[in-house]
Amino acid sequence: MKMLKTILKQFVHKPVTTTFPAEPAKRYAVTRGHVMFDPSKCTSCGICMKRCPSQAVTVDRAAKLWTIDLFRCVICGQCTELCKFDALSLDPAYSSSARPDERGVETYEITYVKPEKPKKDSEIGE
Amino acid sequence: MTGKRTIVPFGPQHPVLPEPIHLDLVIEDEHVVEAIPSIGYVHRGLESLVDRREYSDFVYLAERICGICSFTHSSTFCQGVEGLMGIEVPARATYLRTMWGEYSRLHSHLLWLGLFADALGFESLFYNAWKIRESILNELEATTGGRVIQGVCKVGGVRRDVTNEFLSGMDKRLDDIEAEMREMTRVFLSDYTLKKRLVGKGVLKADAAYNLGAVGPVARASGLVEDVRTSGYLAYGDISFKPVTVEGCDGYARCEVRCKELFQSVDIIHQIIAGMPEGDVSVPVKGNPDGEFFSRSEQPRGEVIHYLRGNGTKNLTQFRVRTPTLTNVPSLVAMLAGAELADVPQIVLTIDPCIGCMER
Repeated sequence: MKMLKTILKQFVHKPVTTTFPAEPAKRYAVTRGHVMFDPSKCTSCGICMKRCPSQAVTVDRAAKLWTIDLFRCVICGQCTELCKFDALSLDPAYSSSARPDERGVETYEITYVKPEKPKKDSEIGE
Repeated sequence: MTGKRTIVPFGPQHPVLPEPIHLDLVIEDEHVVEAIPSIGYVHRGLESLVDRREYSDFVYLAERICGICSFTHSSTFCQGVEGLMGIEVPARATYLRTMWGEYSRLHSHLLWLGLFADALGFESLFYNAWKIRESILNELEATTGGRVIQGVCKVGGVRRDVTNEFLSGMDKRLDDIEAEMREMTRVFLSDYTLKKRLVGKGVLKADAAYNLGAVGPVARASGLVEDVRTSGYLAYGDISFKPVTVEGCDGYARCEVRCKELFQSVDIIHQIIAGMPEGDVSVPVKGNPDGEFFSRSEQPRGEVIHYLRGNGTKNLTQFRVRTPTLTNVPSLVAMLAGAELADVPQIVLTIDPCIGCMER
């Protein structure tokens, strides 16, 4: 009898669960969903690769490629904090699932172009 | 009359406990004479990684020692490094750490209560406990960005601040959560079937608990006032609370301690929100840790110890963790001696074993 109130409540209230694929998952502004990469801002400094706790990020300076292994990434957000060039950010949406043969590896070509230094007066000439 | 002794293996795979611990139960006439534990099935070698990861990156790894008490592991590790380097953490950061620590205690206790109800075959109570836990996890996700692994602690403070408006909203929502918890814990503490299966099972007297080094709810259910929070680390020095102790010494008492601690945690969070100081949440960190430090915290399961030793480089030379489950295993062995074979699963559960934590 002590649980009668709880039992009766089940008949009137809405379901507490989310019917996930039909309904979108609950997210907040601060939710760590997945890492976003902006190829036009990355200077290939490699700090994200050096300090990634799960070694999910690879930066190939010579080939100008930035690679993230989504199966390794634990979405801790350390790379987004360390990136001084705002090339990395976190998006609250969860990343889409990957097939095992794809291995969840995403590769981006870095399109950053180093801005030309303004020429000194002596270089401009007379 | 004595019967023939047989050895019944319990684990490492058992339906009541998804984590691998193995117990050899020496049985005589359906009664356990002795339980011999063996551990070491999930060792991950996390402690050895300190010489390959910088101390500031290791916070993420320390957090992954355990999935349930993750926040306390990261805050204990940060507390240790801050102690080594002599960093003064801003008051707002310590208050936020305390608040998240108490939220993780709530979610850990509700998880355990749900699992325990499920192990006893009480499915609807399990659903109710986990339904309430979900609202706690939502609060954690809305403030830290992570549901279980918060990733919010760093050496020198915390990564995120919570606005005062959001904090007052949390304060109000906690009242609703508390009302739901009150209804649920009433079933735990007064249900006939649960009492029948818990009262007088897995008895651990106060002197035995003290001698075997029991910590956390296991010690407090035997009447010992063992609570690291009374030492006043983080913001606990500014908060008035009394450790929950129960004299029952059995499985029911351990369940009761956890039920009462839910309301104690809610009360602490109310106090934290009321007294939240203004200011920064982190300080810049310079230099490398040198020397040794012994960092203690009260996890949902009991006292955790992080021992750190640095040599002035970016990497620590030694890192050692002693988790509450490891300390409670001798008590578990003592509880099992003399128990009936059918009661073994729920006696094992009453210490809230976390094998992933224990093995690192």
